[in-house]
Amino acid sequence: MKALIIGCGRVGASIALQLQQEDWDVTVVDENEDALTRLGDHWPGTFLVGHGMDVDLLRSAGIEETDAVVVATDGDNTNIVIGQVAQKRFGIDCVVVRMLDPARADFYAARGIRTVCPTKTAIDTLGEAVRACGIVPSAKASA
Amino acid sequence: MYVICAGGGKVGANVARSLMRLGHELTLIEQRRDQFERLEDEFEHQVQRGDATELFVLERAGITRPPDIVLALTGDDEDNMVICQLAKEKYAVPKVIARVNDPRNQSHFDLMGISPTICATSSIMALVEHEVPEHDLIHLLELRKENLEIVEVQIDKDSPVTGKRVEDLSLPEGARLISVMRDGQAEIAVGSTTLEAGDQVLAILEPGKEDELRRVLLRR
Repeated sequence: MKALIIGCGRVGASIALQLQQEDWDVTVVDENEDALTRLGDHWPGTFLVGHGMDVDLLRSAGIEETDAVVVATDGDNTNIVIGQVAQKRFGIDCVVVRMLDPARADFYAARGIRTVCPTKTAIDTLGEAVRACGIVPSAKASA
Repeated sequence: MYVICAGGGKVGANVARSLMRLGHELTLIEQRRDQFERLEDEFEHQVQRGDATELFVLERAGITRPPDIVLALTGDDEDNMVICQLAKEKYAVPKVIARVNDPRNQSHFDLMGISPTICATSSIMALVEHEVPEHDLIHLLELRKENLEIVEVQIDKDSPVTGKRVEDLSLPEGARLISVMRDGQAEIAVGSTTLEAGDQVLAILEPGKEDELRRVLLRR
């Protein structure tokens, strides 16, 4: 199975390494050459320098034969545009897009794009962590 | 009418100023603090600071009314695409116009059904084509929604159609001649119009038929 990861920051690089370990054939794209260092000293997959909006680059990254695309650059709008290009232009079914803004993530999720919003996860997790302390709000406690 | 203009750089601010002068109601959105402060002196309450790809910023600017038109004129193509998608599909804004900064992104705007778009680089290139005579087929206008384009072809003395009537040409399917310009006079091309060397012919055709048209008119 082939996977294409756009954006090799903390998130993109970690997913690339995980999938690689699970025997995926992984190609990583990042604008910055230095991002390769995030993949460790012996990255066995492919690494291309370039912008994910560049259709020629996506083609040379093998997007036409790719089974899954993960878009995780540091820009929400860049991610959602690349995600739509992968899904609509190249017909990839499994496209996962990182969006930090929950409102935009919901809007695009409703339009059939798999968005993952770490902010929403953080909000839920933090809220649960606070509630797990078992402190009862004073207004309710006195009621 | 009511207009929301996203992006208050040179393009956005000048468009906003022109629309206001015409008496339209308008809100300008600018993200950068220094640029926003400069604009505030002139536009006062009609400029708001924020990221126009954020829903609450658009809502604060009155996108739920909705405006008659949203202009996405920022210097970032991805932002412009998202602004247009939100405006059209979430807030049912009837019309959007988007600025394309990098012509290589045009196909992405098309993919998302964002139209009309305007790209300074492409416009300049079209003018260069028009001014440089070695191009035998010049793109004058693209009608994206109609999937048609208008081109200009210069008929020269070696052209196989010189002396022929328009109705006798075997034009490619999906292509028609519109007009013939001769000695500074333009005439609508009809069946009986005879082509001569030196004619500038306007044609309308489906994109991708240029080579066929070139072969028929110029044998190239």
